[in-house]
Amino acid sequence: MVDVNKLEFGIETFGDIVANEDGSLQSAAQSIRQIVREGELADQYGLSVIGVGEHHRPDYSVSSPETVLGAIASVTKQIKLATAVTVLSSDNPVRVYERFATLDALSNGRAQVMLGRGSFTESFPLFGYDLTDYDDLFNEKLAMYDQLRNEKPVTFSGKFVQELKNQEVYPKTESGKLETYIGIGGSPESIIRAARFGYKVIIAIIGGQADRFKPYVDLYHAAAKELKMPEYPVAVHSHGFIADSKDEAMEVAFKNIKANFDRIGLTRGWAPMSREQFEGETQVGSFYVGDPEFVAQRIARTIKLLDLGRFDLVYGAGNQTAAQRERMIELYATKVVPRVKEILSEKVAAN
Amino acid sequence: MAIKRVGILGAGKVGIVLAGLALKAGYEVRISGSGDVQKIALTIKTLVPGAIAAENADVVANADIVILAIPLSRYKKITPDLLKGKLVIDAMNYWWETDGIREEVLDPDSTSSEQVQAYFKDATIVKAFNHMGYHNLQEEARPAGDPKRKALFVTGDDKEAVDTVAHFVDTMGFDQVVHYNIADGIMTEPGSPLFGASLSLKDLTRIIDHFDQTEFGREVMAAKQK
Repeated sequence: MVDVNKLEFGIETFGDIVANEDGSLQSAAQSIRQIVREGELADQYGLSVIGVGEHHRPDYSVSSPETVLGAIASVTKQIKLATAVTVLSSDNPVRVYERFATLDALSNGRAQVMLGRGSFTESFPLFGYDLTDYDDLFNEKLAMYDQLRNEKPVTFSGKFVQELKNQEVYPKTESGKLETYIGIGGSPESIIRAARFGYKVIIAIIGGQADRFKPYVDLYHAAAKELKMPEYPVAVHSHGFIADSKDEAMEVAFKNIKANFDRIGLTRGWAPMSREQFEGETQVGSFYVGDPEFVAQRIARTIKLLDLGRFDLVYGAGNQTAAQRERMIELYATKVVPRVKEILSEKVAAN
Repeated sequence: MAIKRVGILGAGKVGIVLAGLALKAGYEVRISGSGDVQKIALTIKTLVPGAIAAENADVVANADIVILAIPLSRYKKITPDLLKGKLVIDAMNYWWETDGIREEVLDPDSTSSEQVQAYFKDATIVKAFNHMGYHNLQEEARPAGDPKRKALFVTGDDKEAVDTVAHFVDTMGFDQVVHYNIADGIMTEPGSPLFGASLSLKDLTRIIDHFDQTEFGREVMAAKQK
């Protein structure tokens, strides 16, 4: 049963390059500074969390999300600071711990680790890893991170990582444990793994109906029970765009989200998205696009259906202007989120 | 041959979606993962209740039709003998995120299903269920005659096997465009306008029939003439 008062609403960005009003593109540096501004706005509007992705490609500005989050930490008070996601497979668990523990210090305990295997693969050759070790790398590094997270001396050896013998890592956090999620794309194995480690789960639903994920949410809870691990409400992240009118939202989103998906699809041999597919995604699928009322109804439905504790909207896909991005965050925080809570409260009352 | 029992090798996203459709269509379903049964037992029980989690050998021995739904880079981990004499649907594609560098997985001079057929030389391979995204497969299965029904491309060298699979595809909820040439599988490989597309019988037929006019079709032709 959804507890409306405990629901968290976040935004996430992959660090897409921002467009100027005339359609020209800003530099990656300008785009990074824009994210800091947006983090500040999101905090002022009272959103629960901002997540920043890690990519190593020309179309995304952020390769070092904790640095960007550190800047956001210095201009915000309440908002949690997450990565979306940290590609653990090609990272070093000790460094991951150190960076987040530092971010946690800077932000008075607001750092949130989101670990994933990533849906891009550029980081593998960049840091000298073999893509065919995809699963083994993640498993081993997660096991190491899990020990480091206890903030006690660690002894660990593996195939890919340095050996640690009774080794301490610093700085220690004030809370004693970094809040950690595992980002999941929908493979059953990943869900069971997250439950086995006792981590919170955030599912990336980037295509198709949210209904499809109901059995996966059940699987997470069943696995946690069977493994006698803690159970948390599941979080979901999906793409979206909100504008004052539905037509404007559809137009901007079709141009930008489609361009974004098509560009990625091109490298994977995936056919371009048709208008029909796009509209299906916005009506019943996983793109939350429209005016505040329409988006609120759809988010409320998803939260109720999957019994979520948190919903993150991925914003800024493609090349949107700063004004579009900022207006979207404002509408999401000031119109959509209160309306979602209202809809869900009515439903609770009706029950 | 009447198909009553479906065996699925691969308990990932595609394998599980196909298991769900097969159960709904009334088949007896067995499914295996890469490790021992215990590893997938909870997944199968929760996601596709009614399907039987089993080891590869058990799945194949108790199947009238076998579906390969594992990453393409791993099919050679299955010994060719296991599928001897079996009717096998190849639902696999090269997918660089899981398979790595293409040249290490596939010979560039032929299509992926031709290579799968050459490896499992005593099995009869039919390519199907490979070109529609797994969530479309799950959401868009519809009964025959439904005006919104979508279609799948089915191809293989053995006419009888292809016809059997086409009928199977029908029972799973999709119309079919049928070819009797396994090399035509190239038309639905990654890079094709059909890969990832979810189309009606009419639209799928139109693109297949005029494949040489698509950009990808021209690239394929040019590569052949080299």
